[in-house]
Amino acid sequence: MEYKHEKLFEEKVFKDPVHRYIHVRDQVIWDVIGTREFQRLRRIRQLGTTYLVFHGAEHSRFQHSLGVYEIVRRIIDDGFSGREEWNDEERLVTLCAALLHDLGHGPFSHAFEKVFSLDHEHFTQQILIGDTEVNTVLRKVSPDFPQKVADVIGKTYPDKLVVSLISSQIDADRMDYLQRDAYYTGVSYGHFDMERILRVMRPAEEQVVIKFSGMHAVEDYIMSRYQMYWQVYFHPVSRSAEVILMKILHRARQLHNNGYQFTYDPVPFRSFFNQTFQMEDYISLDESILLAYFQWWRKEKDAILADLCDRFINRRLFQYAEFDPANEYRKIGQLEQMFRDAGLDPEYYLVADSSSDLPYDFYRPGEENERVPIYLQMPGGELRELSRSSDIVDAISGKRRTDHKIYFPEDLLLKKKDEIPLYADMLKMLKE
Amino acid sequence: MLQEHARIVQFISLAQEVSGRKKLQKMVYIAKKMEFPFVEKYELHMYGPYSEELTLRVEELCAMGFLSEQCTDKGSYVQYHYNVTEEGERFLETAETPHEMLEICIGKLNGKSSRFLELVSTLLYFDHLPKEEQVAKVHIVKSKLNFTEDEMTAAFAFIEELQQCTSIPAG
Repeated sequence: MEYKHEKLFEEKVFKDPVHRYIHVRDQVIWDVIGTREFQRLRRIRQLGTTYLVFHGAEHSRFQHSLGVYEIVRRIIDDGFSGREEWNDEERLVTLCAALLHDLGHGPFSHAFEKVFSLDHEHFTQQILIGDTEVNTVLRKVSPDFPQKVADVIGKTYPDKLVVSLISSQIDADRMDYLQRDAYYTGVSYGHFDMERILRVMRPAEEQVVIKFSGMHAVEDYIMSRYQMYWQVYFHPVSRSAEVILMKILHRARQLHNNGYQFTYDPVPFRSFFNQTFQMEDYISLDESILLAYFQWWRKEKDAILADLCDRFINRRLFQYAEFDPANEYRKIGQLEQMFRDAGLDPEYYLVADSSSDLPYDFYRPGEENERVPIYLQMPGGELRELSRSSDIVDAISGKRRTDHKIYFPEDLLLKKKDEIPLYADMLKMLKE
Repeated sequence: MLQEHARIVQFISLAQEVSGRKKLQKMVYIAKKMEFPFVEKYELHMYGPYSEELTLRVEELCAMGFLSEQCTDKGSYVQYHYNVTEEGERFLETAETPHEMLEICIGKLNGKSSRFLELVSTLLYFDHLPKEEQVAKVHIVKSKLNFTEDEMTAAFAFIEELQQCTSIPAG
C-alpha cells in the first residue's frame, strides 16, 4: 500500500479538554506528530505571556495544532467527503497543513518576532521544505508533497477551498484557539457552538461558506473573537509582561553588540543578535531556554538587564496609564527627558503601547477586496456577505476602537519619590 | 516613541494624498521591501500582501486626528482618500527626518495604479524565488486578474527602477 494511504492498525486517540478526543488513523499524521520539530511545539506557549495574568493559560502550540487538525478532519470526513465541490485527493495535504500551520512559531512568538524582525510563516515554510524530520516524513508521500503543504499554509495553493479551511475569517485555526484559549484562561466568553458551525459549513468554489440557517452560530463566533480580543489577547497586564520581555531581548542584544561580557553567555541568542541565524538555531530555541536565561540574567552586572529579568520572572510588572496620543504626544517628550534626568533610561522604562501593536484581527467585511469575508449561502443558493444579513455582526465589524497605554515602573517611582522629588513629578504627570 | 505611527503620517504627508486603502497597503509594502524602515507585518491574503497592523495603525491615526479619511462613492465600490491634518503635520515635528530617497520612491509609487501596485507587491512577496516561479505564483494567487506578459515586464522594470533609485536607504 502506498504510504499516503497507510492506516494505523488501531486508531490512536489523544485526550483533549476542548474536543474530548483527537482521532488519528493516518500513518503520515502519526509520523509527523513524532518528529522533533513538531514535538518542539510542546515548549512554545499558545498565548505567550498571558499566563502571567490568567494562570491557567499554560497551553502550548502542540495542543492547538492537534486541535486544528481535529477540526479539519471532522469538516472533511464528516461534512465535505462525497460532496461534488470537494476533491477527496486533497484530504491528506489539508490535514497535514492543519497540523503543521504553526510549526515555525518561536518562543513567545509575537515578542521574539518583533525584536528580531522575524516571520514565523517563513520558518514554517523553511522547516517544511528544509532538511528536517518533518520534511523526511512528508517526502515519503511524494517528492513534491512538502512543497504542497507549504503552499497551503503560505496561501499559494491552487485549490483555494483547501486554503480557506486553514486560513480565512472562519477557519479551523480560529475555531480552535478561541475555544482553547477560553478554556485555559477560564473566561466565560470565547465559547460558541462549533458543532452547529461544522454542520452548516459548505464547500464552495473557492472557499467555505455557511448555510443561512447557521447565521446565529456564526454571530456567536464573531462575538467571541471580539470579546476575547479585548478581554484576553489585549489584556493590559499581559501587554505589560510582553513589553518587559521585549525590552529584555533588546537590552541583551544591545549589550552583546556593545561587547559587554555576560556572566551567563547568551550562546543560543548570539546568531539572532548578529542576524546570522540558521534554521537549526531557530528550531533549537524554545521558551524553556529563554526562561532559564532570564533567571540567570537576574544576576548580571548590567543593572537594567538584571532588573528587567527580575521583573519578568517575579512578575513585578510595569504599571500602565491611559494615554491619548492625539492630545498628549508632546507630554511623552517631556516625560522622556524627565526620566533621563532622573537616571532612568526611557528606552527601557517608559513604553507606549497601542492596540495596533498586537493585531488580533476583527471581522472585516472585505473592504476593497483585501480580506475575503464570510459568506452566507442563501436559500436560493446565492451568496451574501455576513454583515449584510446580521445586525449584530454589522454593529461590531470593522469598527474603530483604539487603545493606547503607557507603561512605567511605578514601584520604583513610588519607592523613591520622597528622596527624589523628580520621581514624584513624574508620577504625577503619568497619573494626570 | 510613537515613531512607527509617525512614519505612516510622514509617508502620507510625502505622498500629499493616497487614494484607496488597497493602494496605501501596497505602497507601504513596496517601500518596506525597498528597505525603508516600516515595521508593519504583512501576510499574503487572497489578494496579495496585506497588513492588519497597517490597517489598525491607520485607523488609530484617523481616530487621533492626525490623518483624515474621506470616502467617495465610485458606484460599484467605495474609495477612501487619506490626507494629513494640520494636527498631523504638527505631530510630524516630533518625528525623525525621513531618508531623502523615500519621497522619490513614494512619488513613483503614487503615480501608479492600484492594480499595477498589486502586481508589483505580489511579485516582491515572492522575490526569494527565481523569476519564472515568481510569475507562476502570481498567476496562481491572482488567477482572476489575468495579468498580461506586458504588465509583468513593466512590473519587473518598475521594481528595478525603484531598486536603483532607493539603493542605499538609511535605517
